[in-house]
Amino acid sequence: MAWTRGGRQPRSSTRSIDTNALGIGIATGAYALSFGAISVASGLSILQTQTLSLFMFTGASQFAFVGVIGAGGGAVIAVVTALLLGARNSLYALSMGPILTPRKREIPFAALLTIDESTAMAIRHNESKRASRRAFFATGLSVYVFWNIGTALGSFGASALSDPGILGLDAAIPAGFLALLWPRLTGGSSSENRKMWTLAVASAGVAMVLIPFLRPGLPVLFSALVAVIASLLWGKNMHPVKDR
Amino acid sequence: MWASILIASCGTYIEKLLGYLLPHHLLERESIRRMTGLLPVSLLAALVAVQTFAQDQSFLIDARILGLGVAVIALLLKAPFLVVIIAAAASTALVRWLGWLP
Repeated sequence: MAWTRGGRQPRSSTRSIDTNALGIGIATGAYALSFGAISVASGLSILQTQTLSLFMFTGASQFAFVGVIGAGGGAVIAVVTALLLGARNSLYALSMGPILTPRKREIPFAALLTIDESTAMAIRHNESKRASRRAFFATGLSVYVFWNIGTALGSFGASALSDPGILGLDAAIPAGFLALLWPRLTGGSSSENRKMWTLAVASAGVAMVLIPFLRPGLPVLFSALVAVIASLLWGKNMHPVKDR
Repeated sequence: MWASILIASCGTYIEKLLGYLLPHHLLERESIRRMTGLLPVSLLAALVAVQTFAQDQSFLIDARILGLGVAVIALLLKAPFLVVIIAAAASTALVRWLGWLP
């Protein structure tokens, strides 16, 4: 879920924040349609698919989880891949803590809603703490609601088909991953983008080479080592990836 | 399947919680920050490659590659994301239906 668009300059009124939040929610919900469909096509039930959207609620991890299961990679590899992709949410939460200053009771709720979109909107509306909070919760809630509605519609729709493969859903999976990756390859300065492209191509290459030797799912996990090596090599010259 | 779904869901939720609950200096170390930022790029790129070219443990060039090409074009044209995905799926389905690619 890495693609809040529309770079309109924020106005601080609550109303414009809510309108933006609604728009982002609807766009994400449309994307969730494809998640629901792909998940069912990968062999998960409708209820299992919905459970992921209700409780995991982080798009890239959800897509990766069902992608690994669908490719026959098995449960353990699916879980590890989802967790590795979800690690960035810890950093989002870390930067949101001081902005949201959530009360103890609010923390479990704020945590659930900590995703790409809500974090990006809170950072964009940094004109006041109140606006940031509003943007975070309005966007998080809106995406949560539409993401789950979209998931349900997509999974019901796909389960009504006798052969979801006929719709080209197997090609929708890599296209979805590419769409999630794209802003990270094109969103930074040109030198940052070049580094991201290098990293992406190297990681894809490593995974490809390993395909014949490892069971499905493992080549992707090994590609994480490329990120580790890159972060050591690039050291302090490297600015952390900004989220859009 | 249910066990792995619940474990993965709890795990990703705990990752989010940790950011609010752990003392800041643990997560704020520059090396950890950098690595966490780069991980999604590696994993997503690898997922794109594998989901396009792998069939179990062998390579298979089929209509998926055309779908990916269409997705790239759509992204270059700054199409909304749902359009990217539908274009990829529809073009793949079309060449299969025409019998040009498996």
